[in-house]
Amino acid sequence: MKILVCISKTPDTTAKIAFTDNNTKFAGDGVQWIINPYDEWYALVRAIELKEAEATTVIHLVTVGGADCDPVIRKALALGGDEAIRINADSHDSYYIASQIAAVAKEGNYDLIFTGKETIDYNGSSIGGMLAELLDLPYLSLASKLDMADGSVKVVREIDGGEETNQATLPVVVSCQKGMAEQRIPNMKGIMGARSKPLKVVEPAAVDALTSISSFDLPPAKAGVKLIPADHPEELVRLLHEEAKVF
Amino acid sequence: MSVLIFLDQADGHVRKASLEAACYGASIAAQTGTTAEAIVLGSVTEDLPALGKYGVTKIHTVSNPVLNQLDAQVYTKVIAQAVEATGATVIVFANNFAGKAIAPGLSAHLKAGLVTGAVALPDTSNGFVVKKNVFSGKAFANVAINTAVKIISLNPNSYSLSTVEGAATVTELNVIVDNPKVTATATNKVEGEVPLTEAEIVVSGGRGLKGPENWGLVTDLAKALGAATACSRPVADIGWRPHHEHVGQTGIAIAPNLYIAIGISGAIQHLAGVNRSKTIVVINKDPEAPFFKAADYGIVGDAFEVVPKITEAVKKLKGI
Repeated sequence: MKILVCISKTPDTTAKIAFTDNNTKFAGDGVQWIINPYDEWYALVRAIELKEAEATTVIHLVTVGGADCDPVIRKALALGGDEAIRINADSHDSYYIASQIAAVAKEGNYDLIFTGKETIDYNGSSIGGMLAELLDLPYLSLASKLDMADGSVKVVREIDGGEETNQATLPVVVSCQKGMAEQRIPNMKGIMGARSKPLKVVEPAAVDALTSISSFDLPPAKAGVKLIPADHPEELVRLLHEEAKVF
Repeated sequence: MSVLIFLDQADGHVRKASLEAACYGASIAAQTGTTAEAIVLGSVTEDLPALGKYGVTKIHTVSNPVLNQLDAQVYTKVIAQAVEATGATVIVFANNFAGKAIAPGLSAHLKAGLVTGAVALPDTSNGFVVKKNVFSGKAFANVAINTAVKIISLNPNSYSLSTVEGAATVTELNVIVDNPKVTATATNKVEGEVPLTEAEIVVSGGRGLKGPENWGLVTDLAKALGAATACSRPVADIGWRPHHEHVGQTGIAIAPNLYIAIGISGAIQHLAGVNRSKTIVVINKDPEAPFFKAADYGIVGDAFEVVPKITEAVKKLKGI
């Protein structure tokens, strides 16, 4: 079985969010970059578990970005990918990224294509759905559990207010979220081994982005907390009703 | 030229998040001098003409029962045909399960620019720019859609419902419906509870509650308020509460009008899931809990003493 895991680099969850160039660019200097948690903890680790269950499985990683993505993709290889492909392009928008990945995916004949459910920076939740459409494959979004069943895949998906179990014949595209697998830490053998694993750099296909970011804003600062004495909790109820008017 | 709103239904009823999308789409139609139409797929029991009060003039149905099951590929092709038939130039989804499953595929299919997680009406003064949440609610991006056909998915609880006089005309749309490649083998719905993403009020508990046996504190207050219940990540991980209640960076992101956090310290990963809430109340015995910095109202005190008194006060106010 061949699995493609889409990897994105994102700022660490605790990174300070600020913008430069007249609020048009994320201030990335000094920021710690990580593998997008949904791509790593759920998509990649589940792929590794499937490989552990069936040794002939091959895991390829793909990312869209410049050479500054290499440390993150090496870390993903240290966790357990077999080889990585970096499409050497600035990421313009989700359609641009999905089209680049689709071009790689078409070459590779993958049985399973995993994405995280979204990236924690742009929160688009779009790459998986676009990829599935570009490749004309079923799309199993927001999967919290995945099992192989004889040429098909069985996934549990989190729908609004519940869960749904779906089955589909391979190949499929799956977006992964909490529940798929447990977080792992790369070990020394993995880190050493990752250095010699292939990281192929390919040039992007000619694709036009459909959207562009004009600017960023930060939310207005909170006025500060209004503390209510613990011996008068009914005062909180009055304020919520009369001042905040939330019920 | 028109605005087409996708109405997502559950068991025959249109979801609240989709009604918000309808109101949002109707406002875009008014703003751009066109009409708002809607599409609903599968078997519906909802009184569709009555949805005209949310500003849609026409509702297209495709009542083929194959569509009772949401398959992204099948839905995408049906909606693409509806876009062509109606000549819609703006398509609006709710940014919920259905919207996340369909909108990206439709964007790729039509090569129409997509903004997911919109929180405000587009700015059409210079192009078509949509404000959306980024960095898990810590910032906004203003995104220009540069294609003739535009797709927006609206975050739940970001646009208020408003009503007008009027009924919608309902017509069945004649389209090709493919056979789904995905089959649903089981559905497990949480009965009798408000889905977290749609709840206007959410009461949430953390490790400060000491054990699952104390969850009555949270559920009693939630019941009095008509609220949904949630929890922090450690609580779901230890198994005190089910995973579908976990709000935060890796759980569900919510934006209710009121979020009440009981015994939750407010780690940055938790805040990432709740910081879009309009009003935040924090109840914690530790005055140094970081959550107080993100709160609108706070009580430094013992939840076991404070919360039952709040519940009583809510009941008294509501006369229950």
